[in-house]
Amino acid sequence: MSDGMRGVVVAHGGLAAALVEAAERIGGAAGALVAVSNTECGRDEIERRVTEAVGDGPAVVFVDMPCGSCFFAAMRLSRARSDVQVVTGVNLPMLLDFVHHRTLPPADGADRAAGKGHDAIRHA
Amino acid sequence: MPIALYRVDDRLVHGQVVIGWGKPLDLGFIVLVDDGVFAAEWERDLYRMGVPPEIELRFADVTEALRQLPAWRADPRNGLVLTGDVQTMAALVRGAPPIERVNLGGLHHKPGRIPRLPYIYLTADELELLRSLAANGTEITAQDLPTSAPVALEGLA
Repeated sequence: MSDGMRGVVVAHGGLAAALVEAAERIGGAAGALVAVSNTECGRDEIERRVTEAVGDGPAVVFVDMPCGSCFFAAMRLSRARSDVQVVTGVNLPMLLDFVHHRTLPPADGADRAAGKGHDAIRHA
Repeated sequence: MPIALYRVDDRLVHGQVVIGWGKPLDLGFIVLVDDGVFAAEWERDLYRMGVPPEIELRFADVTEALRQLPAWRADPRNGLVLTGDVQTMAALVRGAPPIERVNLGGLHHKPGRIPRLPYIYLTADELELLRSLAANGTEITAQDLPTSAPVALEGLA
């Protein structure tokens, strides 16, 4: 799957890679998502990694928490690029939905992903 | 109340600061001393998003910090003063004594820096500056989280 915007998952430690691997195993959308870790990164390095992972095209950047170095790096890039949107609180359901709706405009894709992720959080 | 922690961390406000130290220290406020962030309203707004409502986040440049440090020390809440580089912290140590301890929490790779710990890279000039602060009575240790063992400055050479 290579058409449409890119999903970039940015998280602490090995979380992003694990989420991307799980999403690919379940959703079968290899290549739709890119994982970025902030391990041993200062501000400049995490911003460089996020910018490189996003590339030149439209993207949604999924971060683990609505604070911290991953979030701030994503927000700085989003401020400079209207085609890069940020969704916080990344979870597997939102990624699984996102990979099949990558032709949406980035803002719509981000809204949809955030909604799907939120819907998946329940007191079961 | 004395400032609970003076920390140097080039990631500025992030999880280790807000949660890792913020919870055990029961922080009531954090002061980010950074000339660039202080001058940019959108950056200040961004960092405010990263702090829970029970912790007040203040911003200052070095000049403002030197002026305000006595008031911050008199605040009855526990506070953390945060800088993104060694030079800014050195300006506070020299300009607003006493600062008895400085925590190195995260200084990462940049050209000219040498790895000292996985989370601490220092240039020779930065190490020398820290040594000069230590020689004047400030204890310098590296410690990313309260649960980690502190590493004395001599261990970073």
